Amino acid sequence: MTEAVVPPAVPLSLSDGPLLGLPLPEIWFGLLFFVLAVFLALDGFDFGVGAIFALRSNPHEREQLIAAIGPFWDGNEVWLVVFGGAMFAAFPTVYAALFSRHYLLMFAILGALILRGLAPEMYEQRDDDAWRRWWGRAFVVGSVTAPLFLGVFAANWVLGATRILTLPGLVVGLAVVALTVVDGAAFLRLKTRGDLQSSLEGVALRGLAAYVGLVVAALGTVYATTPAVRSALTAPLALALVALTVALAGGYAVAVRRDRHLTAFAAAVGLVAAFVGVVARLTYPYVDRATGATVGDAVVSTLPLNLMSIGAAVLLPLVFTYFAVLYSTFSGPVEAGEAY
Amino acid sequence: MIDPVIASRLQFALTTIVHIVFPVMSMGLAPFLVYFTWKEIRGNDPVYEQLRRFWTKVFAVSFVVGTVTGIVLEFEFGTNFAAFSTVAGELFGGPLAVEGMMAFMLEATFLGVFVFGRERVGDRLYFLSAVAVGLGTWLSAVWILIANSWMQTPRGFELVASGGREVVRLTDPLAAYLNPRFPYMFVHMQNAAVLSVALAMAGLGAYHVFRHHVWDTEIAHPAFWERTLKVALVALVITAPFQVVHGDVYARHVSESQPQKFAAMEAVWETDSYVPEYIVAFPTSLDDMADPKAKDIFGVGIPGGASWLASGGDPQATITGLNEFEGAPPVAVVFWSFRIMVALGFWFVLLAGWGAFRWYRGGLLDDDLLHKALMGSAPLGILAVELGWVVTEVGRQPWVIQNVLKTERGVSTGLSGGEATLTLVGFAAVYLGLLTLYGYVLARIVRAGPPGRDELRSVDAEDPDAPLAQGVTVDD
Repeated sequence: MTEAVVPPAVPLSLSDGPLLGLPLPEIWFGLLFFVLAVFLALDGFDFGVGAIFALRSNPHEREQLIAAIGPFWDGNEVWLVVFGGAMFAAFPTVYAALFSRHYLLMFAILGALILRGLAPEMYEQRDDDAWRRWWGRAFVVGSVTAPLFLGVFAANWVLGATRILTLPGLVVGLAVVALTVVDGAAFLRLKTRGDLQSSLEGVALRGLAAYVGLVVAALGTVYATTPAVRSALTAPLALALVALTVALAGGYAVAVRRDRHLTAFAAAVGLVAAFVGVVARLTYPYVDRATGATVGDAVVSTLPLNLMSIGAAVLLPLVFTYFAVLYSTFSGPVEAGEAY
Repeated sequence: MIDPVIASRLQFALTTIVHIVFPVMSMGLAPFLVYFTWKEIRGNDPVYEQLRRFWTKVFAVSFVVGTVTGIVLEFEFGTNFAAFSTVAGELFGGPLAVEGMMAFMLEATFLGVFVFGRERVGDRLYFLSAVAVGLGTWLSAVWILIANSWMQTPRGFELVASGGREVVRLTDPLAAYLNPRFPYMFVHMQNAAVLSVALAMAGLGAYHVFRHHVWDTEIAHPAFWERTLKVALVALVITAPFQVVHGDVYARHVSESQPQKFAAMEAVWETDSYVPEYIVAFPTSLDDMADPKAKDIFGVGIPGGASWLASGGDPQATITGLNEFEGAPPVAVVFWSFRIMVALGFWFVLLAGWGAFRWYRGGLLDDDLLHKALMGSAPLGILAVELGWVVTEVGRQPWVIQNVLKTERGVSTGLSGGEATLTLVGFAAVYLGLLTLYGYVLARIVRAGPPGRDELRSVDAEDPDAPLAQGVTVDD
């Protein structure tokens, strides 16, 4: 279909067919959810720290919570920008349809992210109680509503909902909030010491119990309300991912109890990956169920897809190097007196 | 309730006008921060550590606000301009995705190291992080301006029918991404960012120098503010004249590649030769004030000036009038924005020359009139950037992609007036708050001033006046 338009200016015939004969539409579908999983695993712990912030009242502990995510959160949030960019580049019609269909929800997500980004910055500006109380609240509200709205968005996308507020959307949104608390508690156990660290054990386990409960509720609600995804829900891959979630939840609980902080954090990341995996499995072969657009229909034409594939293959390893530098620079617990 | 098309356009205008302030700050500060970090590591003048630490605070807060307001713009292509994204997504989505991966990631990760990591990394990695942050901000501009310039001078594509409408299909990526406008836009924008930051720095430095030297008030770090003023003046002397010279070349390029926009910049309705360059122009009767095509105007103009500008030296050159094009932008907005921007550009050259002359003659610290001029001009660089973008973006109307897609056809079709109005009002309120907070935080940073000598890592804490201990700043 595109053979006729091969321009002489492109020396490699990047318009002739997919690069190296790879199944690029499927790869980009996978990449999209991979980026979403990285975002949710990394910024997820930032959100979780924001939620846990509400549970601590000691000003010194609150400082430590903010300091723990200080160097990381901005970079973590950029994964959402890359998610949007990747969707825009690979599936532009889906980007347009999905975002305009969820008009108010997208702006609610943006509002939550603005609040979450700004609040810690403002919190640190002044020392007086009223100021800190209000910016502390803003930080909590932004950190809890951002994953809630993102969960609603993910559920609507997967299930092909045409309304913004649906029952499965709400349950999935709450499950994502619980997941970020699981993630954030595990992260904080790595970044803190002493009383704060040991008291987070309970938060981690309660968060986990809430997550498992909400996942069961979400699966039940989805099965009951959305016949279109029942077969995908009972497909071997989806069932395997649900089984993996159960196993990882057990591993997380044991690791938290035994103070194996890194193992617990790895299990939390695994839980995020399993969650996004289920979302991806339920979506496929569509990339937007509401419009009936499949991966093959919605993908951009060969030339830009090949170019984007080369770009991502070169750039993503570099990006992971940047993150390796950042996280190794700030590895270990937050030092006493290390302020935001 | 406003029409969804109008509301979406107003909202995009509002969110970009506010957003651009923060990239200008971060892109403009980047070369200064690289320089300060280099001097801090290599030299033994502790003022550079003060400069690096003070301006890093300004950079960090600008970056945070820039991040949160930048994501809004990316989302708006999907939410409000879904039709545009469907038509042009194949060409437009790629640069945005690459910007995220190549530039934004580099910036955001190394900023963590740069802001929080001075005590944790060696000099070499620290300097590298300054360079990475700076490079990230500039690479961001590369990809964003590739996307924007393609809308001004679209190349390397064909229109094909798909899903009941004509959509853009990429045929020649090099022609599309290195379209004729891109190099002009990039050079003009980056130089403008450095110039704007130089003006802000110079104004701030002049304020403190004025208080210290003219009013004889005791201030906390006179040497720091004097150095700030001088560094800013050097940058001003380099960037201000360059911007004017480059602007002239850029205007000629616009007259060739987007004649409709050039005609709007000069308010030329009828095709003519020997067109004057009006410095100011007003309709002579009050009734005509609202009529953009008023014939009887009072104007002060340079005969043949506009023709001269368009052709690069020929006062007899012909300019194609707006009447020959399909639709026209709001001409008065473009005409006046262009004039004020150009006037500001010349004022900055004057200011740079004045400052340089005083410095050369040894009176830089005592010329109170110069100090006042610099203080008053501190925000004018950013104002000129805003006006320049108004010329660029209002000037291409009614097109969102020049001669390919009209802006009104780019708006999401399913969007209701109620939703669009709600978010427009919401943004107006939230961004007003955001700008207030940004100003408040900057004011606090300025009031707190740079860290004192006893807080510096490059100075011996026990004896701040002792000469620098060797080895303190070497890799540990």
